[in-house]
Amino acid sequence: MIHQRWSGKRALLAVTSMGLAAALVAGCGGTTKDNAESGSGSGANSEKVADPNAPIKEGLQIAFLPKEIDNPYENIVDEGGIAAVTELKGTGKEVGPSDASASSQVSYINTLVQQNQDAIVIAANDPNAVAPALKDAMEKGIAVVSYDSDAAVDARQVFVNQADSESIGRSQIQMVSEQIGGKGKIAILSATPNATNQNTWIEFMKDELKKPEYKDIELVTVAYGDDDDQKSFQETQALLSSNPDLKAIVSPTTVGISAAARYISSSPYKGKVVLTGLGTPNQMRQFIKDGTVKEFALWDPEQLGYLAGYAAAALASGQITGKEGEVLKAGKLGERKIGKNGEIILGPPTTFNADNIDDYDF
Amino acid sequence: MREKLLRWESILLLLCILVFVWGSASTPGFAETDNISFLLLDYTEVALLALALLPIILTGEIDLSVASILGFCSALTGVLWDAGMSFETIVPIVLVAGAVLGSLNATLIVKFALPALAVTIGTLGLYRGLAYVVLGDGAVTGFPDVYRPIATDTIPGTFLPYATLVVLVLGVLVAVVVHYTPVGRSLYAIGLGEQTARFSGIRVQRIKFVLYIVSGILCALASLVYTLRYNSARADNANGMELIAVAAVLLGGVSIFGGRGTVVGVASALLLMAGLRNVLFLNDVTNEIQNVINGLLLIVSVLVPVVANLVRRRRTPAAAATPGAPPPQETLPDPVGATAAPHGTPEEDQR
Repeated sequence: MIHQRWSGKRALLAVTSMGLAAALVAGCGGTTKDNAESGSGSGANSEKVADPNAPIKEGLQIAFLPKEIDNPYENIVDEGGIAAVTELKGTGKEVGPSDASASSQVSYINTLVQQNQDAIVIAANDPNAVAPALKDAMEKGIAVVSYDSDAAVDARQVFVNQADSESIGRSQIQMVSEQIGGKGKIAILSATPNATNQNTWIEFMKDELKKPEYKDIELVTVAYGDDDDQKSFQETQALLSSNPDLKAIVSPTTVGISAAARYISSSPYKGKVVLTGLGTPNQMRQFIKDGTVKEFALWDPEQLGYLAGYAAAALASGQITGKEGEVLKAGKLGERKIGKNGEIILGPPTTFNADNIDDYDF
Repeated sequence: MREKLLRWESILLLLCILVFVWGSASTPGFAETDNISFLLLDYTEVALLALALLPIILTGEIDLSVASILGFCSALTGVLWDAGMSFETIVPIVLVAGAVLGSLNATLIVKFALPALAVTIGTLGLYRGLAYVVLGDGAVTGFPDVYRPIATDTIPGTFLPYATLVVLVLGVLVAVVVHYTPVGRSLYAIGLGEQTARFSGIRVQRIKFVLYIVSGILCALASLVYTLRYNSARADNANGMELIAVAAVLLGGVSIFGGRGTVVGVASALLLMAGLRNVLFLNDVTNEIQNVINGLLLIVSVLVPVVANLVRRRRTPAAAATPGAPPPQETLPDPVGATAAPHGTPEEDQR
């Protein structure tokens, strides 16, 4: 067969020409990171003027797009949001991917644009990957609010933050330090490596650890459970077996902390290793009661969703545009001022322990 | 004629038309240009992976590492871009990297005669792991606005995205090679019986080797599209996409045992999956239900030829006794398949 006899030469030719092409292109310079940054891309709606007295439109269609549809925490947030939308005589719905990946959220954004929703409320899996689709949506006049985990700043109008990231991060360290007596090795069990919120908190946690009063605490490693129950469970197992002298695990994600608690409660580490972080009272109740966990924190996710729902409706009705200094009227939560970069803060987190956990049901 | 109408490819095309007609009639927003181009764009990478997989599966092998090669190449793109290299230089490097990863698969499968399933399950994990080694947990963004439109925009004045055009051109290329060249016929021959093909003078090893390299390059190309489309290079890009691509190929009527299947079939399957997904999305059908529907479609696609074969055999009992009776692929331009059968590889064994 002829093609076989030739293929050796052909391969050589192909490789040489590829190399030549590469060399040629490299020689000509080309588009690099430094000269590609255009820095334009201002928000499409930034020129609009807010009318604080504009009435909230009736019949608004607002969609909530969580990181993944089966995340119990975000389900609660979205319930709160949908409640707010219903209160405002609109229609709210929750849609989302079954895996916490950036690309699957993009498909949903495009779908929501096509459905002519009035507003999209999103917890971004990857701030940049969702940005082009969100910008498209804003260009078509759809209000975009991010909550829980921010999208790129120019790809949304308002970011509803649960609490300011700094106080969350620092309070995690304060909480764990108190429980281990300010001494020993700790590890962090996070969600996905790219989750914006997690990474910001972890940065502040590391920063807090630099303070002299924490000099005896050593952060051994950051593990990633991908907000997947099973993976988080296994990561906990791995953390504990590879670091026998580990004193505490901090898991600032609801999926992580409950999976970790489940592992620890049935292992010899129970009572010896401290577990704390961010969790929901319903998921953690049994572990507080059986002594696996002493204390953890969280804000009220329902209120977070509620606030995001109000922000979305206000944006879609022209009451706010997301500029710093504007005031959002958020129903039963009162008023919130919009901060720098369109950020709205819900408030400080609540700490849960054996004394107060039964007062909460979410 | 009746055979032709009953072929799986025809059924798929009909299903495609049904989905699109049903979508435009029932779902507002479906038939809009924007939506159609988005629907096509959303399946570009899957289509590229499917094109890489099709010839491999035709020979009876498999490559499950396709999405991991995509992930690795995306991570590599990110690292090089972050290091300040020009995008024009990155493109050939990434394509070569894809070829290298593909040839590693090929070496293990062809030279060491290891089972492709085991090898590519291994490299599925290996390449994904390497992607994390290269780029770590972060994401790289800010790819040039000059090139991004290639992956996101449509040809001016039409609904056809540039990326889909690339897929179409490559699809035609693959179709010509597979259906109208000696190499293509060799693929079917290898799939129907590797020994026979080897004894007929087909350089089985060399062909397989090249297929895996081509697969690597196509995956690298898909990674460039993916990275530009989402403007985000990450190690976990396209995680799990290999299963969607394999599903598309099988749904397209390609036999997992090799030797049977057409490019038209795979193309229709891709269009059907993309269309169905879009319609279901627009109607707020959840991902779980969509997975159920896709799963059922896949099972049906595997089941139909088997059932058809059973029915046919029951009708003409003589056909079962004659080893040379070539079942459904008689409509293919495939003389090798017909000559391969008498050498003692009964088709029935392979279903």
